[in-house]
Amino acid sequence: MFRSPGDRLLLGSLRCVSVLAGAVVLLIVVFLLIESWPALRSVGPMRFLTDPSWHPAASDGGGGRFNLIPMLIGTLASTLGAVMLATPVGIASALFCRFYAPRRIATGYRRLLELLTGTPSVVFGLWGLQVLAPLICQWRPPGQSLLAGVLILTMMILPTVALLSESSLNSVPRAYLRGAAALGLSRWAAIRSVVLPAARGGIITAVLLATGRAIGETMAVLMVAGNVVRVPQSVFDPVRTLTANIALELGYAMDIHRSALFVSGLVLMVILTALIGVTEWIGGDRLDA
Amino acid sequence: MNAQSTTEVIRPWTQRRPCCDTSETCIQVQGLSVHYQGQQALGDVSLSIPRGCITAIVGPSGCGKSTFLNCLNRMTDMIPGCTVSGNVRLMGQDIMQNGTDLISLRRRVGMIFQKPNPFPLSIRKNLTFALKHHGMKRRSDRDEAARNALCQVGLWEEVKDRLDAPAQDLSGGQQQRLCLARALVLKPQVLLLDEPSSSLDPVASGVVEDLISQLRGEYTQVIVTHNLAQARRIADHVAVFWTRHGSGQLIEAGPISQVFDDPQHELTATYISGLRG
Repeated sequence: MFRSPGDRLLLGSLRCVSVLAGAVVLLIVVFLLIESWPALRSVGPMRFLTDPSWHPAASDGGGGRFNLIPMLIGTLASTLGAVMLATPVGIASALFCRFYAPRRIATGYRRLLELLTGTPSVVFGLWGLQVLAPLICQWRPPGQSLLAGVLILTMMILPTVALLSESSLNSVPRAYLRGAAALGLSRWAAIRSVVLPAARGGIITAVLLATGRAIGETMAVLMVAGNVVRVPQSVFDPVRTLTANIALELGYAMDIHRSALFVSGLVLMVILTALIGVTEWIGGDRLDA
Repeated sequence: MNAQSTTEVIRPWTQRRPCCDTSETCIQVQGLSVHYQGQQALGDVSLSIPRGCITAIVGPSGCGKSTFLNCLNRMTDMIPGCTVSGNVRLMGQDIMQNGTDLISLRRRVGMIFQKPNPFPLSIRKNLTFALKHHGMKRRSDRDEAARNALCQVGLWEEVKDRLDAPAQDLSGGQQQRLCLARALVLKPQVLLLDEPSSSLDPVASGVVEDLISQLRGEYTQVIVTHNLAQARRIADHVAVFWTRHGSGQLIEAGPISQVFDDPQHELTATYISGLRG
């Protein structure tokens, strides 16, 4: 194939940039492994799951205790709750914007969602702390709870689900809608039987990306979820997530404790990698429509 | 089989036509005007479309042919800013009234688009899901109807072993026949065809054209076409549209032989002789 000097230059620089981007991710993983290695070696991976509690700094006799399970459950429960709430509401928002709202309202609504995506998470946290948690506290104390975390996360990932789903709905050719209408199908029947199946791949990707965001979210959840290291018995119990755990303790953690926090980071990376794998796997066989 | 299809090909088109019943009007259009955002696109069209016949709508680009077609099943309702005035009667029933049941209207008046638009579903689902929505409960009934429609468009033998394969794996011509089957499965009275073969290769185009010809008599068909030769081959009646004073108008309509051999309007004469349009 013929390549001009310009092409070669472009190809070269693109290769460099790609290698750089890939290297950064790899370096992060390597760094996490190196930093968590002392804990993994001296404590052993199993104890992170089987220890009786999380007291990483305890220096009595046998050293600290390193049970990550409560935090793991905190992360998974708050993420799952948020995704389960944000998915139907987000898809409904997208359908409303795309098919039912008058143009002006749809545009305004979309701007609002875009603004919500850009809102710093600490602002969500402040609002949750000042408004949401006291509200829940009136209903069932203490207020700072798994429920508060789930609701804040829902608000944060809802715009992601809605906007990405809508762009997926937008990519469904209008010809399908006209074809469905010409067969005497109602708007809703056309959406359900033709549009949603055609947009399925994009919507699933939207939900998985939002899930990734929910798992990684730190600040807002930290501010409203109560941060008690305990497996929650109900949605009104406080929880601590893996991310909050790192943010809360890194400031004073030493030695093995510090290294154990990097193990939490490693666990997060593993969860996210698995999620991306699932995205690839599902997105890979989507219909190109 | 082989000999038969050979005679089929060499038989002159005039003899191959099943007859159509010209005595009865299927669609009566009276004073139809269409505006897009206040801009007139179609002005005062009156035309009667005979039952069971093929009526071709011809004319240069932008003269309102497709707009006219879209009025007949009220697809114009889907276009924002589009207003339609005038009177369209389908078997005597005014379909422009506000209370018209669009779902049943569109079941009675099927439509085929210029570009084949099978849904991104399996071949089977493309045919059956509309039936399901229209209340055909039993799966076996739907499958039977799908099979009949596929036979009608000559697609059954080609796809019977892969009914659950994606419809979009079919070739362009097969897709268009599938779309035709998708309309036929609802047992419509009228078929609106918007340049149904213009995006297909010549062979596939010929297959679709023959199919339309074979459906004469059973269905009232209105076909928009740019292809005058095609109109001449398959249509019984023709309506010539033209852009005048910035909007589309009907300038001449009548039986195909009359309009083509003895056009009354000067523009028709120049258009069909290839001098203009």
